[in-house]
Amino acid sequence: MNDRVWRILIDSFPKLVGYAVKVTVPLTVLSFALAMAISVAVAFIQYAKVKVLSGLCRFYIWIIRGTPLLVQLYLVFYGMPSIGIVLEAFPAAVIVLGFNEGAYMAESVRGALDSVNVGQVEAGYCVRMNYLQIMTHIVFPQAFRVAFPALSNSLISMVKSTSLAATITVMEMFRQAQVINGRVYESLALYTEVALIYLAICTILTFLQHWGEKKLARFGGNKA
Amino acid sequence: MMLEVMEVKKSFDGHEILKGIDMTVNKGDVAAILGPSGSGKTTLLRCLNFLEKADSGEMIFDGEHFDMRSAKRREIARIRSKTAFVFQNYNLFLNKNVLNNVTLGLMTAGKMHKAEAKDRAMNALEKVGMADKASSYPSQLSGGQQQRVAIARGLAQDPEIIYFDEPTSALDPELIGEVLTVMRKLADEGMTMLVVTHEMEFARSVSNHVLFMDEGKVVEQGPSAEFFAHPKEQRSRDFINTILSKNGNITE
Repeated sequence: MNDRVWRILIDSFPKLVGYAVKVTVPLTVLSFALAMAISVAVAFIQYAKVKVLSGLCRFYIWIIRGTPLLVQLYLVFYGMPSIGIVLEAFPAAVIVLGFNEGAYMAESVRGALDSVNVGQVEAGYCVRMNYLQIMTHIVFPQAFRVAFPALSNSLISMVKSTSLAATITVMEMFRQAQVINGRVYESLALYTEVALIYLAICTILTFLQHWGEKKLARFGGNKA
Repeated sequence: MMLEVMEVKKSFDGHEILKGIDMTVNKGDVAAILGPSGSGKTTLLRCLNFLEKADSGEMIFDGEHFDMRSAKRREIARIRSKTAFVFQNYNLFLNKNVLNNVTLGLMTAGKMHKAEAKDRAMNALEKVGMADKASSYPSQLSGGQQQRVAIARGLAQDPEIIYFDEPTSALDPELIGEVLTVMRKLADEGMTMLVVTHEMEFARSVSNHVLFMDEGKVVEQGPSAEFFAHPKEQRSRDFINTILSKNGNITE
């Protein structure tokens, strides 16, 4: 590599990291928070077998999992304005990413809720606890531990999915790399650089996941 | 009289499990429910604490009359506040340590203060010999220890009666003794207990009343000494003989 390429890489690095911090990370955090809320609600509705709503939840999961994220982004950002729903690019990205990953996470959370044996719920009733108390003190804490690896997976996946927001004009890290590349035409170098920054973020999250799993493991095994 | 039920019926998927059970448990009784598997013993016990809702039946509990099919949430809560239930698989809360397993119900449902709940829990754990394991998690305990903690969790509720659903069936043989010892101690202290069990020796030596069930019906009930010495019904005799030939440890 010659000096010019090195200089491009060094000059672009703080800019790219800046966009990672200012846009990619907040976009991930907000989308993931939305996905988390959706997934817990959707999973709980199905776990509790709430009539009608359970059907709606399955419908939501079916639609989301059956269509590509990129198409969903286009539909919401470019398609919806023709029925009068106009969203800014950033909130549109948050909504689509959140609802998209939320569908996958809902399945993880539902599986985790089901993994808590119903005997503990009955034991809760027998010491006069009500449904809400049993859920908050017994079922959800245990389900969270079971779902944790899968939810970590979703978070890591979401970091990378935010790059798709570039396609609906969100100026995030990848879009910034494209813009810089438009001036200097160093695709290999710049896209490698941006890939490494994604990799660095995901590496940090992987460490956090392992640390979290260790913390949660202190209850011992999850034997029934 | 502590508990009386009349005409309890329960079906699952069109299959009748309980075909009209009548039963009485007096205060201080240790009543054993015996019978071959599939006879409806566990279902009966679960109906008594409303873990299953009976299709029909009436209950007089502690002087109060209840309809077992249509009992309201508040009525069920009132009954449960005077009962404890010990499960075959212990069903300890796996995310709570031993102490918190016992205090959780007291503090959430009972709105008891932490210090008081802890006092009461430690007393109960003392009674079952598990006080020294208060900070262990269920996964760190043997089955026998877990079951003793489960009994302590029930005792801390200060129940009028404790229901035991095959409390030793999931245990390795060498761990059965420690649980039976605890139960024997409770019986000696005058606790009213209703025990679904396959432990004939326990039924014979600890219980004072036996209820023999087969195919969803009570075939025979009466004082346990009488039941084991002179079973009236052919099916009771067959059952006792089968168990005898298997274990050979019941001698008169």
